[in-house]
Amino acid sequence: MEKENIVVRFCGDSGDGMQLTGSLFSSLSAILGNEISTLPDFPAEIRAPQGTLGGVSGFQVNVGKGVFTPGDKADVIVAMNAAALKVCALGSKFNQKGATYNEQDALFKRDAVVIVDTDSFTDKDLEKALYTTDNPFTELGLPESVQVVPVAVTALTKEALKDSGMDNKAMLKSRNMFALGIVCWLFDRPIDKAIHFLEGKFAKKPALIAPNVKVLTDGYNYGQNLALSINQIRLMAATEQEHGTYTSIAGNKATAWGLIAAAEKAGKRLFLGSYPITPATDIMHELAGRKDMNVMVVQAEDEIAGVCTAIGASFAGDLACTSTSGPGLSLKSEGIGLAVMAELPLVVIDVQRGGPSTGLPTKTEQTDLLQALYGRNGECPLVVIAASTPANCFRYAYEACKIALENMTPVILMTDTYLANGTGLWRIPQMAELPEIKPQGVPEELKGKYNPALRDENGVRYMATPGMEGFTYRNIGLERDSEKGSISTNPENHQKMVLARQAKVDQVADRIPDAQVQCNADSDTLLVGWGSTEGHLKAAANQLNCALLQLNYIYPLQRNVGDIIRSYKRVVVCELNSGQLAAYLRSQVPEVTLLQYNQMTAQPFQVEQIIDYVNNL
Amino acid sequence: MVPQDFKSDQYVRFCPGCGDHAICAALQKAMAEIGVPPHQTVVISGIGCSSRMPHYLNTYGFNTIHGRGGAVATGVKTSHPELTVWQMSGDGDCLAIGGNHFIHEIRRNVDLNICMFNNRIYGLTKGQYSPTSPKGFISKSSPFGTVERPFIPAQLVLGAGGTFFARTLDVDMPTTVDCMVQAHKHKGASVIECLVNCVIFNNGTHEWIANRELRAEHSIVLKHGEKMIFGTNKDKGLAIEIDPQTFIPHIIVVPADDERVLVHDAQQPDPTLHRLLALMGQERFTDVADADSQSPLPVALGVIRNVTADTYDQAVNRQIEEVRARAKAQTFDQLTQSLEQWEM
Repeated sequence: MEKENIVVRFCGDSGDGMQLTGSLFSSLSAILGNEISTLPDFPAEIRAPQGTLGGVSGFQVNVGKGVFTPGDKADVIVAMNAAALKVCALGSKFNQKGATYNEQDALFKRDAVVIVDTDSFTDKDLEKALYTTDNPFTELGLPESVQVVPVAVTALTKEALKDSGMDNKAMLKSRNMFALGIVCWLFDRPIDKAIHFLEGKFAKKPALIAPNVKVLTDGYNYGQNLALSINQIRLMAATEQEHGTYTSIAGNKATAWGLIAAAEKAGKRLFLGSYPITPATDIMHELAGRKDMNVMVVQAEDEIAGVCTAIGASFAGDLACTSTSGPGLSLKSEGIGLAVMAELPLVVIDVQRGGPSTGLPTKTEQTDLLQALYGRNGECPLVVIAASTPANCFRYAYEACKIALENMTPVILMTDTYLANGTGLWRIPQMAELPEIKPQGVPEELKGKYNPALRDENGVRYMATPGMEGFTYRNIGLERDSEKGSISTNPENHQKMVLARQAKVDQVADRIPDAQVQCNADSDTLLVGWGSTEGHLKAAANQLNCALLQLNYIYPLQRNVGDIIRSYKRVVVCELNSGQLAAYLRSQVPEVTLLQYNQMTAQPFQVEQIIDYVNNL
Repeated sequence: MVPQDFKSDQYVRFCPGCGDHAICAALQKAMAEIGVPPHQTVVISGIGCSSRMPHYLNTYGFNTIHGRGGAVATGVKTSHPELTVWQMSGDGDCLAIGGNHFIHEIRRNVDLNICMFNNRIYGLTKGQYSPTSPKGFISKSSPFGTVERPFIPAQLVLGAGGTFFARTLDVDMPTTVDCMVQAHKHKGASVIECLVNCVIFNNGTHEWIANRELRAEHSIVLKHGEKMIFGTNKDKGLAIEIDPQTFIPHIIVVPADDERVLVHDAQQPDPTLHRLLALMGQERFTDVADADSQSPLPVALGVIRNVTADTYDQAVNRQIEEVRARAKAQTFDQLTQSLEQWEM
C-alpha cells in the first residue's frame, strides 16, 4: 500500500520514552527522504502517577510527501498502555464518564491502525486509567473499522533480553524499542539504517546499544509475522527540496541557533538575559550550553532582570536578547519601553502559550499579538516579526537580530508552543550565504561631538559604546532633546521625538522583502494568517484551491500587503485567537471587509475544520 | 586626572542644600583619585533624585527605569568586565521597587560600586515614606504614621552575603571619598550607604550624627587595622561583651585605653561582628518611638566589611573561556557539523 503521507502517534506513560521513540522514527524517516513535521504532546504534570490518564505523553509525526503540519488525526497509533489508548480514543473528552469514540474528538481516524501493548491492560492498569469494565475496547466504543493490533510488547521485550543479565526494571525501559521495531517494519524502514541510527543516538551510553538493538530487531521481526494481519505502508519521498544538507530541528533550538549565527555575522557577542518559563526555556538551555560559541547567558532573578540585563549588555555593545512567554512579556513591558526610548538594539523572543495569566503553559496560542504591538505605555513603536515553521525560527531569529542591530530598535520575535516543540526539516546554511549584518555604529568624525540624538540619513541614531574614547554620553528613559540628546520636557521636542521614533521603525519596511502570495494566487479568496499557522493554512488553501498570505513581518507590514489584501474579493483572517491580527489589519487596511476564522482551544488548527468553515461561507 | 574631568556640561538640578550635591562632588573627586578614564567608566541609575547622578558625570551613563539599575548594571559589567561600573540608587529604588535586583547583585557578587543614597524618604515623588523610614513616620502617604518596620540596609546586604559594606554621611567628604575609592578597589558588589539629607521633605533626618557638634560623640569612622576609638576627646573605645545568660554578644563602650578595645578587621570573613557594628545606634532610625534614644553606641561610618570572593562577572567569563579552550567547534559552520545530517 503506497501513501502520500501518514500520521503516526506514539503514546504511553511519561516514563515510556515516547518522545525519544517518536523523534527517532521522525529523523529516520527524514534521512530516508521523507518530509516530516512533528508535535510532542506533553502531559501538564511533571510526573503524574504511572499508568494514569494525567501521565499520558504523546508524540505525533506526519511523514511522507507534501507535509505541512503534524497532521490533524493519526493513521497509526502506538498505545503503550490502557491510559494512552483512552486518551487517544476520546481526545479532549478522556475525562468524561461514559464517553465513547467519536471522530471529532478522537486523536485517530476511523480506519486507523492501533497497536497496543496487551501486557499493559491488566485489571490494575484499567483501574488506574479509570475504565469501569474489563473490556476497554468495547467500553471505548471503537468502531469496527479501527484495526486493533494486539501485541504483548512487555513480554516480548523481556523475552528478547532474557539473556542480557538486566534486571526487570531496566528491561522494561526498552519496551519502546520493540514498538519502534514494529513501526519500522510497518513503514518499511530498512532495519540496518535504523540500527545504525540507534547506535549514533546511544553513542554516549555504549552499554545501552546492544540491548536496544536486540529489542528493536525483535520488534521488527515480529512485525514481519504480523504481515498476515496488516499491510506494510510505503511512503512517497519528499517533494523536490532545495538541494542541500538537512537535519530535523525543533523551533526553540532553531531560534537559539539563529541568534548564534547572527552574533557571529555581526561580529558581536551574544548575550541572553532570561528567566525560566514554559515553553521558552529550551532557548535558554540551548544557549547556556553554547559557551563554545562565546554565548553569555545570565539566568536572571526574574523576567524584569532578564530584559534589563540584556538592555545593559546592549548598551555596552553586545547583541542582546531575552526569551520569554506571555506572562514574562507582560513583566518585561517597562523594560522594552526603556529600550524603545533609549533606542537600543534588543531582541525579545515571545514563545506564546495559552493565556491570559498563567493560562495553559504547555499549550499553543497566538494571543500575544496585540500585547507585542501595543502593550507598553506611551507611543512605543517597535518591530514585530513572527516565525512560521520550526525550521524558519532560525531565519526569523537571525532577521530579528539584523533588524535590531541595523535599526537601533527592539524587535519582538513571536513563536509559540507549537513551533517551539515541533520539529521540521531544516536545510543547514553556511555562514557565507547568510545576509550581511551591519550593526549601527558611529562615524569617527563625531568624536568629541557625539550625542545620542544624532541620526543617520535613515533616522537611525548613531551608537557609541562604553570604552570608546571621545564618545561618552548619557542614555535615558526620559525624553531627550532631539538635537542635544539631554533630558528635555519641551512640548514641541516631545512631538518631534515621538515622530522620529515612529519613522525609524516605519522605514524598516524598506529593508524587508515584499510579501508573497502562496497556493492559488488567482483565486478570489485569500486566507490571511500569521506565524505558526502557516502549515495548516497552506494545507487548507491547497485543498480549497484558494490563495494564502502568511505574514512573518507584522510591524511594520511589508509594503505590498495592503495591495494584496485589496485585490481579493473575499479575505478570511485565520488565527488562534479571537481576531487580533484582523483587528490590527483593519487599522492598516481599513477599507477592506475582513472575515475571520478564530479558534481558542489552545490547540493547533485542524485543517478539515478550516476547509469546512471556508466552504460554508 | 582631576575631578573636573568627570564633570558633565549639565546644570546640576538637586535642590539647594540637598545632600546629593556633596555626594556628586565626592564621586567626581573619588573618580579622579581612582584614575579610570571617563570613557571606561559607566554610571547606571534607576529613578529617584539620586538616579539623576549620571547626567552630571562626563562618563558613559544610563539613567534607566525605577528599581532596575542593578539589573542593567549587571548586564553591563557581566558582558564587559573591563569597564568600571557604578550604580547610583536610593532607598526606594534599591530597597523597595528594586529590592530583588539589589539582593541578587549582592548575592552574585557582581563587581559593581553601588552608592545607595539613604534619605529615608521619597523625594522625587514629593514626600512619601520609604523602606528606611522609621516606624511611626508621618509623611504624605502615612498621615497617621507608618505601621511598618523599616529595613536596616546593612542587615539586608549582609543577609544577601555581601562582601563589602560601607556607610558614609553627605557632610563627611573625606570619609565618602575614601569609601568610594575602597569600593572601587574591592572586587565584587560594593555597597556604600550614603546617608543624605533631604532638605525639603525630611530635613535633619541624620542630624544626630550630621551635626558638627554631635558627630564625634555619636559616630565612629571605622578604619581597617585601627582601634575603634571615638568621642570628642578620643576617649572612648568599643569592646565586645557576651551576655552570660543568653550568650548574645553586645558592643559596649569602654575607656579608650581599655585593653579590650577592638581593632577593626573589615576583612574578617565571618560577618557577626560587622553586623553588630553596622547595627550600632540604629534604634533612632528604626522607630519614631525611639527617636530620642540615647544609646551610648556610635553610628558606624567608613568601610565596615571588605572581604574577598570570586565575582560573578569574572567567573562567568572565565567559564566561557575554559569551555572555548577545549571546544571542538568555535564557529557556526563548525557547530552545524555536529548535527545529525543528510543530503537531499
